[in-house]
Amino acid sequence: MNHSDQGEAHPGRPETLKAVPVRHPGRWAGAVVVAVLAAMLLHALIFNPAFQWDVVNTYLFDSSIVHGLGVTLELTALSMIMGVAGGIILAVMRLSPNPLLSGTAWFYIWVFRGTPVLVQLVFWNFMGALWPKLSIGIPFGPEFWSESTNTLIPVFTAALLGLGLNEAAYMAEIVRGGIQSVDEGQTEAAHALGMSRFATMRRIILPQAMRVIIPPTGNETISMLKTTSLVSVIALEELFRAGQNIYSRTFQTIPLLITVSLWYLFLTSVLTIGQYYVERYYARGTTRTLPPTPMQRVRRMFAGKPTPKADHDVVPGLEGGGHV
Amino acid sequence: MTDLTKTPTDSVPGEPMVRAEGVRKSYGLVEVLKGIDLEVRPREVFCLIGPSGSGKSTFLRCINHLEKINGGLLSVDGELVGYRRKGDRLYELRDREVALKRRDIGMVFQRFNLFPHMTAIENVIEAPVQVKGESKADARERGMALLERVGLSDKAKSYPSQLSGGQQQRVAIARALAMKPKLMLFDEPTSALDPELVGEVLDVMRGLAEEGMTMIVVTHEMGFAREVGDALVFMDGGVVVESGNPREVLTNPQHERTRSFLSKVL
Repeated sequence: MNHSDQGEAHPGRPETLKAVPVRHPGRWAGAVVVAVLAAMLLHALIFNPAFQWDVVNTYLFDSSIVHGLGVTLELTALSMIMGVAGGIILAVMRLSPNPLLSGTAWFYIWVFRGTPVLVQLVFWNFMGALWPKLSIGIPFGPEFWSESTNTLIPVFTAALLGLGLNEAAYMAEIVRGGIQSVDEGQTEAAHALGMSRFATMRRIILPQAMRVIIPPTGNETISMLKTTSLVSVIALEELFRAGQNIYSRTFQTIPLLITVSLWYLFLTSVLTIGQYYVERYYARGTTRTLPPTPMQRVRRMFAGKPTPKADHDVVPGLEGGGHV
Repeated sequence: MTDLTKTPTDSVPGEPMVRAEGVRKSYGLVEVLKGIDLEVRPREVFCLIGPSGSGKSTFLRCINHLEKINGGLLSVDGELVGYRRKGDRLYELRDREVALKRRDIGMVFQRFNLFPHMTAIENVIEAPVQVKGESKADARERGMALLERVGLSDKAKSYPSQLSGGQQQRVAIARALAMKPKLMLFDEPTSALDPELVGEVLDVMRGLAEEGMTMIVVTHEMGFAREVGDALVFMDGGVVVESGNPREVLTNPQHERTRSFLSKVL
C-alpha cells in the first residue's frame, strides 16, 4: 500500500528511489577521540627513555630468551595435549552410567580445580620430599622396581604434570558442556543403527561437540601460554624466567619485561589466527555457506570481484509490484 | 492395485516379526504403556495411530530397546528385545548385544536426526562401515544406489543443512536401509514436514511397502494408513483400544474413543 502511495507522490518510476543507509556520526567523533589517545600513548611509549627500546631490541633475539621461548612453547603444547586428552577421558567418565567412573572423575576434578595451579606446581616439584622413592610392586607386598622420585620427576616433568593435570580438570568441564550440547536424537539415531556407545561418542557426538569445545579450548591454550610463566617459581628456565635471569644481572627490568611481553603478544596473536581456522573447520555442515576468510577477501579484492555485502540500493516497488 | 499386492501378505502364516504380550512401561509413577498385546506379521505394514501422549511412539521405541520395558514380553523375529530368557528368569543384555540386535531394525525419526557434520552419502555409509566393517568403496556404491532409490543421487555431497525437510527424511530412510534391516520403524516420519513435502516421503515408504518390507508406522497420515496399511491399531491412554484392517477401522470404527479421534483428524 505504502509503495503505491509513494508511486503517486513521485511521478517517476518507483524503481528509481534510492534507500539511504543509517548514518553514524557518533562513530566518526569516537574515532577522532581514539586516534588522539592512541597518538598520546605512542608518543609516551617512544619518547620516555625509561623504556629503553634499544635494550629491548638487543635482547629480543638473545639466545637465552629464544631458548626460554622454546621451552615455553614446548610446555604449552605438551600440557595442552595432556589437558585435552585427559579432559576428554574425564568428561566421558563423568557422563558414564558407571558410578565408579563418574565418581572418580568427579573427585579428580574437585581436587585439581579446587587448588591453585601454583600450589600444584610446587607440590609436584617437592614430590621427592613426600615420597623419596617410587616403586612398582604388589600393593603392601614386595617391590619389583624402584627409582628415586627426583630422578623420575625432573623439573620439566614436574612443570608438565602440574600444568597438564590441572588443565585436564578444566578441559573436562569444557568437553562435558560440549557433549551435552549435542542433541539427544543424535545418540538415539546412532544407537538405532547399531553403533556402540564408544563409536557413537567418537564418530557422532565428539565431532559435533567440537564446535562448542574449540572456542574455549583456544582460550585455554592462550591462557596456558601465559600460565607457563608460573613455572619460573620452580626454576625452570622458560621465557619469563629467562628474562628474569637477565634483568637480575643487568637491572634493566622494564625493557626485559617488554621484551618478554612482546613475545607473549606475538605468540597469542598467532594462536588466535590458528583458532579462527580450526573453528571454521568444525563449523562445516552447520551453516549453509561460510563467510570468506580475511585472506580470501584480500585475494578477491585483487581479483576485482566485489565481496558480497549488504545491499545498498534497495529497489522498493519491485517485490510489491503485484499489489500496485 | 493396492489390494492385489496386499492379499497374499494378509494370509502369510508363521512366526510374527514382532510380538508384544502385556508390555508395560512407566516413567517414575506415570505408566505410559499399560499392557500392550499385538502381533506384526512379516511383510506387513502396521500402522499405529492415536492422540499424542497415547504411548504409540514409546511403544515403537521399546521395539529397538531405546526404551526399556518394565513388564511383559516383547520379541522381534522370535528373540526377546533387551533380555535373554533362561528358565523363568530374564537376564538383561549387555550394550554390545543390544547393539547387535539393533542392526536388523531400521528406525526413522520425526526430527530426521541426520548427522549434521556428514554429507548425505557419509550419513548413509557411516553404520555399514563402522558397525559391519564394510569397505568404504562397497558401502559407497550401495549407498549411492540407495540415494538413487530415494531420488537424491544428485544430493550425495550435500550436508543436511543444505537439504529440505523432505530430502533430509529421505536420506534418513536411505541411511536406515543401508543396514539391510528386516524391520523398519517409522516414528511420525512426516509430522515435522511442510505439507507440500509430505508426499515425497510417503512415496518412498509406499515403494518400500510394495517391495515387502515389514514396517511399523506411527503416523497421523490416515490416507497412507488406509491405502498402504495392512493392519492398524488405535491406541489411547497406554492401551490398544481398537485394531483391525485399516480400511474397516477408519471407515467404521467400533469404539466411541476411536470415533471421536477420527472425527477430529479425518
